[in-house]
Amino acid sequence: MKTNKLSWMIAFVLLALMFAGLYVLEQTLPPTTMLFTILKKSVIYALIAVSMNLLNGFTGLFSLGQAGFMVVGAYTFAILTIPVQHRAMVYQYYDGGIVQFALPAALGILAAGAVAAVFAFLVGLPVLRLKSDYLAIATLGFAEIIRAFIQYEGLGPLTNGSNLLRRFPTFTGIIPPFAIVAFCIFIIVMLIHSTYGRALKAIRDDETAAEAMGINLFFHKQLSFVISSFFAGVAGALLAMYQGSIQAASFKSSMTYEILLIVVIGGMGSISGSILASFLFIASSEWWLRFLDNELFIGTFKVPLLRSGFRVVVFSVIIMAVVLFYRRGIMGDREFNLRFLTRGRSKAKERKNG
Amino acid sequence: MEWLERFFPYILAGLSVGGQYALIAIGYTMVYGILRLINFAHGDIFTVAGFIMVYMSATMPLYISIPLTIILTVLLGFTVERVAYKPLREAPRMSIMISAIGMSYLLQNLMWYVTGGLAKQYPVIPFISDSIVVWVTTTKIVTLVTPVLTIVLVILLQQLIHHTKLGMAMRAVSRDFETAKLMGIQINSVISATFIIGSFLAAVGSLLYFSNYPTVTPTVGAMPGLKAFVAAVFGGIGSIPGAVIGALIIGVSENLIKALGYSTFSDAFTFALLIFILLAKPTGLFGEKIIDKV
Repeated sequence: MKTNKLSWMIAFVLLALMFAGLYVLEQTLPPTTMLFTILKKSVIYALIAVSMNLLNGFTGLFSLGQAGFMVVGAYTFAILTIPVQHRAMVYQYYDGGIVQFALPAALGILAAGAVAAVFAFLVGLPVLRLKSDYLAIATLGFAEIIRAFIQYEGLGPLTNGSNLLRRFPTFTGIIPPFAIVAFCIFIIVMLIHSTYGRALKAIRDDETAAEAMGINLFFHKQLSFVISSFFAGVAGALLAMYQGSIQAASFKSSMTYEILLIVVIGGMGSISGSILASFLFIASSEWWLRFLDNELFIGTFKVPLLRSGFRVVVFSVIIMAVVLFYRRGIMGDREFNLRFLTRGRSKAKERKNG
Repeated sequence: MEWLERFFPYILAGLSVGGQYALIAIGYTMVYGILRLINFAHGDIFTVAGFIMVYMSATMPLYISIPLTIILTVLLGFTVERVAYKPLREAPRMSIMISAIGMSYLLQNLMWYVTGGLAKQYPVIPFISDSIVVWVTTTKIVTLVTPVLTIVLVILLQQLIHHTKLGMAMRAVSRDFETAKLMGIQINSVISATFIIGSFLAAVGSLLYFSNYPTVTPTVGAMPGLKAFVAAVFGGIGSIPGAVIGALIIGVSENLIKALGYSTFSDAFTFALLIFILLAKPTGLFGEKIIDKV
């Protein structure tokens, strides 16, 4: 118990240090630095990846509906928070839309999660009875259906059809997205460590055995699905805030695939793996591998292959290599912890118990 | 009679698109029957076939570029299986599915890189691109050729599966992977053969499909790919006649929805149909029943 408490304390100290570091960065670097853009996007992807990991890695439900719940979250947020004076302009084809009030951003984010969760509950009722591949394709299908409905002209006064939604509140600094994501991930971690979390893992390991042990399969699957979608919705709202404008067309199934690949790179069933992988994924795809997109001359020699688009090719080759040869990802199903600091003590304890 | 006149062009187009979906769907359903894998890269192989045709026909006459397109696509399908799926034979099913998603991602990005993300003009194939008047509507000959060609190919495929040694091996592997192996069936060559047949049909489907459109872009294959997959599930995955019927139903209903003026929902409808059938009959129209064993 003591080691456990200690590692919680260390985690909190590290978090505090991280926020202090971010604060210092924000005070010293100009706000347009690439680093901030990358960090913001990474941290939002971290939340999406963790929420997907809760389903795929911890509950063993192979769901591909993440983009669908994100688009619900993003739209809920945008619809509820666009200031009233801007509505006439944003909804120019629909006479200012039918929503004529605006919530503060914080409430908007909560609502985004809540609406996504309600959608997930309704979608889950039929879909969660399906197994593995069928579940994957049905959730993928639902995401497409949701996207089609949002783009439907008839819902234009609400969703602005296939036009952009913009002018809603955005982030003012780098601290808010980090704080929100840290809080959300903390809740997910708590859930995983609870008895519910253990039940989810039991379902992942062997459904039939779990049922025989008295675990209500449907209830727990539904729980995991709804919670995961809640956070996907929140992440969708954050992504909207990050981008400054949203369009349903960009929430395609390829977005879900990207997130799935992040989860796999980090390790299915490892929260810290997902977080780490999100930062690596975003940083390398948006930043570190940028040079591959530019033509490069060494003297008069033109380096072959380098031109626009080469970056993503190299990147997907790396991903394939991870998937094929490093199947368990960076972390496997282990968590990053600071046991090595307290190893002596926990080893001694293991020996005593063991 | 009047409504028939109004909907006839759409039904015709639907049958044609359905035939093209069917050719792709067979690739999905055969691979699933044998490997229990949703080959997410199959839709991209279909698109790559479109691009190969674009590049080949730019330098070569059609009677060379068409066979070459088919051969190169088959080679691609074969390579994808060897590189991305074979090493994961013993891995959990989720890993191999993820590998398929990764492969799809790679192929899409590769196409993006090669083409620079621009739409490429699809070559006009004479004869099948010509216009023809059918009853009350004008259409391309390809619209009429597709369903016929699809049915001919499916009959040939059925002959292959039910009356050759290779077909028998395929059926054995899809029935029981382990036992088939013990009986001395060369699993790897059977699987390769499946991918070769699937890619061949996808290449033919791609020739027919893109003849209807002026251009090809890297992401254009994703939707037909997914729909073909839905068709495969709808008909009962693993069943070839099921895939064809499913594809025709989806093709026709999607075009009828367009006829009624709800184009936005033509894609959504496909998935709604899928979810409905999965709930009512989880293994599709002609699928075998799955029994969960402990």
